[in-house]
Amino acid sequence: MTRPPLSFRRFAAIAVKEFVQMRRDRLTFAMMVGIPLIQLMIFGFAINTDPKYLPTAVVLRDRSPFARSIVEAMRNSEYFQIVGEVASEDEARRMLSLGEVQFVLNIPEDFSRHIARGERPAVLLEADATDPAATGNALAAVSEMATSALRHDLKGPLAQFASGPPPFDLRMHRKFNPERITQYNVVPGLMGVVLTMTMVIITALAMTRERERGTIEMLLATPARPTEVMLGKIVPYILVGYVQLLLILAAAIIIFQVPVEGDPLVLFGATFIFIIANLSVGLTFSTLATNQLQAVQMAFFFFLPSILLSGFMFPFRGMPLWAQWLGECLPLTHFLRAVRGVFLKGHGVSETMYFMWPVALFAVVAIVVGVKRYRQTLD
Amino acid sequence: MSEEDAPFAIDVAGITKSFDGRVVVDDIPMRVRRGEIFGFLGPNGSGKTTFLRMLCGLLRPDGGQGRCLGFDILGQPDDIKRRVGYMTQRFSFYEDLSIEENLDFIARVYGVPDRRGAVAAGLARLGMSSRRRQLAGTLSGGWKQRLALAACLLHAPELLLLDEPTAGVDPKARREFWDEIHGLAAGGLTVLITTHYMDEAERCHRLAYIAYGKLLAQGSVDEIVRQAGIFTWQVQGPRLAELATLLRKTPGVEQVAAFGDALHVSGSDRGALAAAIAPHRRDPHRWTEIEPGLEDAFIRLMRSSGTQ
Ligand SMILES: Nc1ncnc2c1ncn2[C@@H]1O[C@H](COP(=O)(O)OP(=O)(O)OP(=O)(O)O)[C@@H](O)[C@H]1O
Ligand SMILES: [Mg+2]
Repeated sequence: MTRPPLSFRRFAAIAVKEFVQMRRDRLTFAMMVGIPLIQLMIFGFAINTDPKYLPTAVVLRDRSPFARSIVEAMRNSEYFQIVGEVASEDEARRMLSLGEVQFVLNIPEDFSRHIARGERPAVLLEADATDPAATGNALAAVSEMATSALRHDLKGPLAQFASGPPPFDLRMHRKFNPERITQYNVVPGLMGVVLTMTMVIITALAMTRERERGTIEMLLATPARPTEVMLGKIVPYILVGYVQLLLILAAAIIIFQVPVEGDPLVLFGATFIFIIANLSVGLTFSTLATNQLQAVQMAFFFFLPSILLSGFMFPFRGMPLWAQWLGECLPLTHFLRAVRGVFLKGHGVSETMYFMWPVALFAVVAIVVGVKRYRQTLD
Repeated sequence: MSEEDAPFAIDVAGITKSFDGRVVVDDIPMRVRRGEIFGFLGPNGSGKTTFLRMLCGLLRPDGGQGRCLGFDILGQPDDIKRRVGYMTQRFSFYEDLSIEENLDFIARVYGVPDRRGAVAAGLARLGMSSRRRQLAGTLSGGWKQRLALAACLLHAPELLLLDEPTAGVDPKARREFWDEIHGLAAGGLTVLITTHYMDEAERCHRLAYIAYGKLLAQGSVDEIVRQAGIFTWQVQGPRLAELATLLRKTPGVEQVAAFGDALHVSGSDRGALAAAIAPHRRDPHRWTEIEPGLEDAFIRLMRSSGTQ
């Protein structure tokens, strides 16, 4: 018995049907166009692995032309952007810890006098090295630049210092991650990434699954209220989220030996806000999507910018301003700062709340939208 | 609210619903007494499911008002939901939960007292105690229907809304199902049931017939047949198919339907019908005038509403 040859007609029947279905599902169609465009924009324009114009604060104890030349040289370079002069070292530390600046330059008292005596005074450049990739190039560039900066100032009797080793000692402090271990930055960040991915997708499916399988009709006919349904669907996943958190925390400590400078309890608290924010996004998606595929697509649409623009994959300060603003709208961006703060900077409750309040705001907005969109009837 | 206050389990009027500008349920009134088995019939797409959904708060009517079990259908959907068992046309329990887990879920949501006992009783009534761990999704179509019915009864509702509960159920199970429904109704439960089966329609106390969203007739079987205003002759003999083709073209004959070895020939004008069949009233065909059936009445109702 021979089998009949492949039929073009039958193949065409399937292909035509696929096209018709594709056209019906507007969202899928939009995704097929939207995802490449988003990726093009993000990878083409937003991502820059050589971040420049990093915000830098200066503690000036000496107002000599030498000191000003150093500051001026940094300002003229492409790597540093001098955001201002700070009165005290404590204030500078605070800014560094909260990530308001990436660097703090300390010029000690009597800097010029020591130079004149040939004593090679120390200039301290402190860097927030949480993400080694963000500071590496800037630190490499700075020593050379500082040396040449003073060349013009070393005139007359000081001309002897113009050649040979620089007349001052540039010390760099890589704070928070002195050994420049990438894992210290990535592994805590993974907590946020994993939670974003699972929490949004799982809850986006939660309501759509009921609708797609037709069980929504039975569920709505029962006396269960919208809030009860929402809470009933959210709470189990909060627990799932904490299981994930504990898993990653354990792996971070045991396998990757990431230091935990802060209190893990603070981390658990911040995670609660973050999980709620993501679950609410998922629930909102699930009230918008008409089937499970759409729900997953929406979740992916949210996940993609989250992972690329939050500072997880690429240094946040490397991105152009518009991308940074987009990033600021995503909960993951803020949660990453909080998690890294607790892990590497030993942040406590107040610093963590400083990072987490936008996430809380985001959660409130998402919940309001989700509840507004939740329909208690089938219309 | 007690039964004295509300003799009608369902008492609504003017119920209207449109989808995308198309009127699907058009100004329908309905009164169902407590303890009554009320049949709800109509062709596919006539709006039966939509109407049931509005009764139990799943859809919001665009117009109309009324009471269900004494509660306002617009303002008190929660009170209604607690006292109504709604069995959907499409199986709507969780296919990835077992039979027992589905019943248990329902019992919890409705806050059934003595949950375990109620679930065990439900399983026993289904005759599924031994298969209680089977996933609902793996049940055959007829068994899914039975599970759905058992789940609807779990919280001892006062009103059952059943949307084609016996579609795809075998005759014996159907008979048992109707016996159970009659038993429950005798105990005071009100049942509103949609069906396409004529034998089931005849087992209802009263009926409503809708087409294109409009109520065409309401009453007992006899009343509906009378309202339809139809007369029927039965003819037996050889070569009925040829006779049927011939009769269909004859003015005065509105319906010709084959029933086994007989034809039912119907028309709404008794004289015209008699005149139309007169040429054929000879051997080998035997003609007898019979009581018109519900089906003939419904088809007549549907046609007359369609031509309006
Ligand atoms: N959500 C909806 N959106 C748009 N149209 C709808 C919707 N639900 C129902 N309809 C339309 O309303 C009409 C009535 O549908 P309904 O399901 O109530 O009919 P039915 O009498 O239950 O039919 P059947 O006997 O086939 O179950 C149909 O034409 C259907 O296409
Ligand atoms: Mg229906």
